[in-house]
Amino acid sequence: MDVPTPAGASRRIGKAERGDACGYDDGEGVRTGVTLLSFLLGCVASLLLLGPAGVALPRRLASAAIYPLTALVCAALGSSALAALLAGRVEDVVLPLGVPWIGAHLHLDALAAFFLTVIGFGGFVASLYAIGYARHEEEPRRVLPFYAPFIAAMALVVLAADAFTFLLAWETMSVTSWALVMAHHERPGNLLAGHVYLVVASMGTLVLLLAFGLLAGTHGHYDFTSIRLAATHRTLAWLVLLLVLVGTGSKAGLVPLHAWLPLAHPAAPSHVSGLMSGIMTKVAIYGFIRIAFDLLGAPVWWWSLPPLVVGALTAVIGLLYAIVENDLKRLLAYSTVENIGIVFLGLGLAMAFRSGGFETAAALALTASLLHVANHATFKSLLFFGAGSVLDATGERDLGRLGGLIHRMPATAVLFLIGTAAISALPPLNGFVSEWLLFQTVLTSPLLAPWLLKFLVPAAGAMLALAAALAAACFVRAYGMAFLGRPRSPQAAGANEVDVWQRLAMALLAAACLLLGVLPGLAVDALRPLLRLVLGTTLPRQATEAWLSLIPLSARAGSYNGLIVLVFMVLAGTSAALLVRTVAARRMRRAPAWDCGFPTASPTTQYTPASFAQPLSHVFGAMAFDTAETVAMPPPGGLGPARFSLRSRDRIWELLYRRLALVVERIATRLNRLQFLTIRKYLSLVFAALVLLLVLLALWQ
Amino acid sequence: MSRLDFDVAHLLAGLMVLVSFLMLYQDRLYSLLNTFALHALALALAVAWQAQIQDAPHLYITAAIALLFKAMIIPYALHRLIQRLGIHREVEPVAGLGITMVLGLALVALSISVMLPVTAAAGTLAREDLAFALSVVLLGLLMMITRRNAVSQVVGFMSLENGLILAATGARGMPLVVEISVAFSILIAFIVIGIFLFRIRERFDTVDVAALDRFRGDRR
Amino acid sequence: MIGPYIVQGVQMCLVLVAAPLLTGLVRKAKARLQRRRGADVLQPYRDLLRLIRKETVIAENASWLFRVAPYLIFAATWVAAALVPTFATFLPFSWAADLIAIVGLLATARFFLSLAGLDIGTSFGGIGASREVMIAAVAEPAMLMIVFTLALHAHATQLSTIAQALGLPAVGVQVSLALVLVALILVALAENARIPVDNPATHLELTMVHEAMVLEYSGRHLAMIELATMLKLLLYISLIGTVFVPFGLARQGAPIAAYAWGMLFYAAKLAAGGVLLAISESAIAKMRVFRVPQFLGAALMLGFLATLLLFVARGS
Repeated sequence: MDVPTPAGASRRIGKAERGDACGYDDGEGVRTGVTLLSFLLGCVASLLLLGPAGVALPRRLASAAIYPLTALVCAALGSSALAALLAGRVEDVVLPLGVPWIGAHLHLDALAAFFLTVIGFGGFVASLYAIGYARHEEEPRRVLPFYAPFIAAMALVVLAADAFTFLLAWETMSVTSWALVMAHHERPGNLLAGHVYLVVASMGTLVLLLAFGLLAGTHGHYDFTSIRLAATHRTLAWLVLLLVLVGTGSKAGLVPLHAWLPLAHPAAPSHVSGLMSGIMTKVAIYGFIRIAFDLLGAPVWWWSLPPLVVGALTAVIGLLYAIVENDLKRLLAYSTVENIGIVFLGLGLAMAFRSGGFETAAALALTASLLHVANHATFKSLLFFGAGSVLDATGERDLGRLGGLIHRMPATAVLFLIGTAAISALPPLNGFVSEWLLFQTVLTSPLLAPWLLKFLVPAAGAMLALAAALAAACFVRAYGMAFLGRPRSPQAAGANEVDVWQRLAMALLAAACLLLGVLPGLAVDALRPLLRLVLGTTLPRQATEAWLSLIPLSARAGSYNGLIVLVFMVLAGTSAALLVRTVAARRMRRAPAWDCGFPTASPTTQYTPASFAQPLSHVFGAMAFDTAETVAMPPPGGLGPARFSLRSRDRIWELLYRRLALVVERIATRLNRLQFLTIRKYLSLVFAALVLLLVLLALWQ
Repeated sequence: MSRLDFDVAHLLAGLMVLVSFLMLYQDRLYSLLNTFALHALALALAVAWQAQIQDAPHLYITAAIALLFKAMIIPYALHRLIQRLGIHREVEPVAGLGITMVLGLALVALSISVMLPVTAAAGTLAREDLAFALSVVLLGLLMMITRRNAVSQVVGFMSLENGLILAATGARGMPLVVEISVAFSILIAFIVIGIFLFRIRERFDTVDVAALDRFRGDRR
Repeated sequence: MIGPYIVQGVQMCLVLVAAPLLTGLVRKAKARLQRRRGADVLQPYRDLLRLIRKETVIAENASWLFRVAPYLIFAATWVAAALVPTFATFLPFSWAADLIAIVGLLATARFFLSLAGLDIGTSFGGIGASREVMIAAVAEPAMLMIVFTLALHAHATQLSTIAQALGLPAVGVQVSLALVLVALILVALAENARIPVDNPATHLELTMVHEAMVLEYSGRHLAMIELATMLKLLLYISLIGTVFVPFGLARQGAPIAAYAWGMLFYAAKLAAGGVLLAISESAIAKMRVFRVPQFLGAALMLGFLATLLLFVARGS
């Protein structure tokens, strides 16, 4: 099956703009009378309606009804979006809503369909998980009214095709997620989280607003079609790119705009944390791709520098934070920062290759990034749900008070393990596939002409490898502390396995991790219409390769086959186990731990999260956190305790955020005087402003 | 020029860059001096090879000077100096090793990306020689600014000078007179610095240049 | 038609059979260098057999992960080792994983080994696991830079293609390849827990890394882990041999004699690698744990420098 593509493939915009959603009929591949776009809009509308329904329904019924309904609608949304992606469909509609002379432009293409698939699938699994998780929710009415509209807003951002609708949906997404973050505002720290989130989100929207203003130019065309057609000036486009990077990066969590993310994501209920980390950050990435790749047109090589450099730094710095973090959910949030960095690195590479005219390499980079988007959505949701289950079972998020959960929560332990292995980029799971593709892209970098890129890309590749290795370290620590060893608190010792719905949701995600890892060729093929849309070229078909292996460029250059690797590993492992079992003595005895002859009963003698992280923070911490370790040993023969203290400062927080806050406060104090002026002074201010504007107008002409 | 000629020249010049890095990596003064001797040896070999392939016999003299003075006499003299002065044998770096290494790599990348496009018209050999030479010069400067100890600053300075000689030989031979004068100026610089070291030592009982700053009242 | 698959099968079995022999050889050579007589080179086989036949004792709170991990580690390492070309290139499954995927498979093995170290909840397991991940965090970027330079030379990450490209006489004298070789040796020493990074022959030492993680293992589980360790050593020596001494490798569809030659060359490469390892281990001392990042940082630096020099050599 090849994708039917209309002529002029790279820049396809539906020319027929009709005012009626239902009257639109594409005529190609439509089975029912309803086009996909209007069906998707129906899904969005019903999700929006599910919000008020959560308040209207009786308290007892609300949770039990809303989450299954949301799951159904999300499943419909995701599967129809997937169908649209595979078919490479393009549909447009203009609704007579919003600002009168703009209307609400909505547009479905492969790019939107891909992200809608991610949103639909993520929303579906999160809702499934919530069916079980929300039974313990003390205040369901603080969550329910915002939950489904939050998903709807994310879908709407992706479908929007004019600046006004886009920003409206974007703000709705921010505000609903803010409300979800504040659901438990009585807990310590959550107020701060909400406050910081609100500030960063407003800043991000403001910056995006400016970016769209620049894009619209003096003519003021705010729909994407006109923006695309009106060529933006080079320097202006560069400014727009920076603004978009800041605007979407603040939502996605690029360093140094990440500070809100580890505060806000964990504060929300766990299914919402999964959505925010797994899905909402992806919507931000969608925004970047839509504007930087689609609306801005062909890039110049140095445009690729900001996403490349910031992405590489974000990947490493995010993990350095994650490695020393003791709170399980915050650790996951920091690791989200890392993964966003990886995605942006890939996007930067795609821009670099595209500017050099290497369309295939650009397609490879974009594929790697988008695959990582899908992969991260699966394993990060899985991990947040796992963390939620741990929270459910023990009431603890602190790694230092967990331990031994593998005995008490066997199913969660297996599923969480799959998630950690996937996020640590281990073959044959999905995290490895996207990183492998990204490495392959990095290896094609000598093609690039600018010397700076020639050197920067390998350096970014080394950062990527560092991030992958640090991710493995971070998740060995997280899993080892939470699930392995002996319980470090009575709560952990008395944990119980979670509800069947929660396990089902996690099992679905774990299966997705394995499937995407073993059959990556199918996922890469699914992205081909998208590549043709955005870059005007595609990768060779993977599904026709022998044994379904992944061969991005040529078989001699490099190939990977997750399926064969998995089969070989299973065969090798089981045959070894069977052989050993037939040859070996089958006796097995349980005995106290050996521990070099000094086993101690107390679980406090185990390695703690802090001690596990010590070597890594010793090696990397000095750069990132300005750490200083001091050890005070008692004199020889003394019986006093030895003391170890670790001081670390978050440089980004202190240098950027705190200073910024100080400056704002200082300005605010100055401006405070304006509140106590006489009427004459107010009038003179107004008069001065008027004159100034008139002077400006005169100068302008 | 055959392929082998080019490859060996590349190997020797690349070796000099590598040894410059090794000098940044050392944390003992004696091993630093030994590495510097290696650097000079690499220079001598590189220059001798240039003499061979360019058919320029006067370059052999340059190579011999490098071998005699820089690879033997100066390291030996500095060894003696350290012994007699009883200087601390640690190199006292200003920044961490990792940061210094990253800076060094960035400098090499910079010099390559500056030199190669600019010299596009020149022959391959001269181009890469210039790129490597600039790297060696920059690494020498880096060494001078990231070390507190005056001896290691001297060594950094001399490795920088090695880079200059590499550049000069790559560019189709420089006159012997210039060459000898450069060599002597280095020798004189070495002597001056040696005397200078003695003076610092007598006054302040250390060769940490921070002591000078303190004396000037520059202490931060 | 079936021929290549037989060769692939032979290779899989060959690495498995040769791995203990290599370890035995290294131990023997080390013992001779220390003027000891040393155990027989076949001793590792006997050790493994004895371990397998012994009763397995596991700690009271060991979970299923502890019992599954040895097989998983063994499987991942074996698959990785079987995918490195040893005596022949372009085997039928060689395209299933390139060099990056082989590194990934080893990372999988290490991941589960560190988890197994943490499973019992003893302090030694924690020490080992935490140091292992620290070493890996520096070794993996260095390995990637090595892969990058090799890929620049060969325009491929496929090991067979790399071996073929580096076997051509046109390669000549390349300083970047020399740097990569040194870097790869440094990484290999760290990854295999050899001196100067870790001491494979010691227990009860606070500086140990690998042995601390497997401290709680016994019987057949320990046998699996030991075999995986031996396979890993073989893998790295084969890798160095294939990439830097790419001679005597049989091509696909070559006559039987070529395969026999390939085997002979491979045996010679392994023996040479093993003896050199023994010599270096006898000559140098183990370093402090916190010197290891500097040691591997040097490998990273060399890898990057090799890339830079290669760009210069290409002039573009």
